[in-house]
Amino acid sequence: MSDITLPASLQGVDPVKSIRTPASLQYTYSAGLASSRFLHQVAQKRLVGQRCPVCQKVYVPPRGSCPTDGVPTVEEVELGHTGTITSFCVVNVPFMGTLMEIPYTSGLILLDGSDIPIMHLIQEVAVDDVHSGMRVEAVWVPDDEVGPTLESIKYFRPTGEPDADYDTYKDNV
Amino acid sequence: MREVAVISFAQSAERSIFEINEVEMLMPLMGEALAGAGISKDRVDFVCSSSSDYLAGQPFSFVMSLDAFGPWPPISESHVDMDGAWALYEAWVKIQLGKADIALVYAYGKSSLGNIRRVLTRQLDPYTLGPLWLDSVSVGALQARAGLDAGTFTAEQIAEVVATNRRNGIANPHAHLSGDDTVEALLKEPDFVAPLHKHDCAPITDGAAVMILAADDVARELSARPAWIRGLDHRIEAAALGVRDITRSVSTEQAGAKAGVADGKVDFAELHAPFAHQELILRSALGLGDDVAINPSGGALCANPMMTAGLIRIGEAATRITNGEGDRAVAHATSGPCLQQNLVCVLEGA
Repeated sequence: MSDITLPASLQGVDPVKSIRTPASLQYTYSAGLASSRFLHQVAQKRLVGQRCPVCQKVYVPPRGSCPTDGVPTVEEVELGHTGTITSFCVVNVPFMGTLMEIPYTSGLILLDGSDIPIMHLIQEVAVDDVHSGMRVEAVWVPDDEVGPTLESIKYFRPTGEPDADYDTYKDNV
Repeated sequence: MREVAVISFAQSAERSIFEINEVEMLMPLMGEALAGAGISKDRVDFVCSSSSDYLAGQPFSFVMSLDAFGPWPPISESHVDMDGAWALYEAWVKIQLGKADIALVYAYGKSSLGNIRRVLTRQLDPYTLGPLWLDSVSVGALQARAGLDAGTFTAEQIAEVVATNRRNGIANPHAHLSGDDTVEALLKEPDFVAPLHKHDCAPITDGAAVMILAADDVARELSARPAWIRGLDHRIEAAALGVRDITRSVSTEQAGAKAGVADGKVDFAELHAPFAHQELILRSALGLGDDVAINPSGGALCANPMMTAGLIRIGEAATRITNGEGDRAVAHATSGPCLQQNLVCVLEGA
């Protein structure tokens, strides 16, 4: 690099090592038609997926399309409030913003009638007892608190049924 | 060089399509473009998308948009955070390298989710201009003022550009702004950001576009009249506005020369000018005389989906070539403040 001769006023000054330029932008987010319908139905304590006309898989929450086949998913399928834990993790590390007491369990739950698991909390069971195949059911918040959000389900808890056959969830592990 | 052609194109553009998400916006266009090419998605060798997380307000937002294509079994794909015209360029390179015979290019932008004038400040350098929040209309106004002061163009010429584009937009179903306005009436409109009137600025538009490219005999098999890409080049200038002459577009001049704009008669041109005066700068940079019809679609002044409007210029030109409305067209796309980066594409029907 060639030498630069600075004017006298800029000679010997401390270099600027950093500047702060705070920025914030506001957005009005749109969930989209399929997700909006899903969330409105959650507000009525209904869980509704959408079936792909090509591969027949039922997606929940639906996004209006099959990510495998790239076609619209228009047929709606009402799902049960029960499902099977396909996988889970026990959270032992506190992180900023969490309201949960550790340890707690996050699970992937394959709702009955669907082909893709949703993530939610597993409660009313010791973390050591949570396992793949365990049957669970949704515990909803009180009716006057139900809204268009998955937080309308407080958590899932074991139903006490025998474990699901591995074949019923093997495609999701 | 392999011969590469546009064989199918689909687009949508509206003032605001708030209620649907990006995948829902793209999906019908994917189907329309594939049907237009008469192929199913398994024949597509390469997918290239373009969008901006700054528009969506969420990181890696483009990854989800692939749902609209259905990337299974796993596909070869890429993404550019630029206008879709540059995604087309990447796909064209991929085809030239022999890595694909058919490529699908898509672009989308929901400009209505955020405040676009503020969002676009983030493309300015973060040390000097960015902190001033110098918004996109003000940047355009500085350029218009510089051109008026230098005598590069007149206020009447700018109004003429607006009147012509708006009149052309009447026949375009995707134009959400159009009309039959006289130059006199336009000049009487109040200033927006002086010297710009509102009508000198492209509208805020939500939209998407999908284009299918094919090489050589594949293009001939799939299209009765492919729109052949006979010239394609893009150039970029410095980001800092103070170090270049913003009353001309050197990068467009160079890209136009490399793409061979002057090698034959130009029947019409689609120029991506988000501000009316920029069309005058571009016409001059590309050496397009008064005999060349500019923006038969109405251009970006009638509909301007971000990250997409440049690709739409190429798609509009290609569609007209395929329909036999011309034999040789120039399409142009721009990106960045004051025509910082420019792509020029020459399309031919035979």
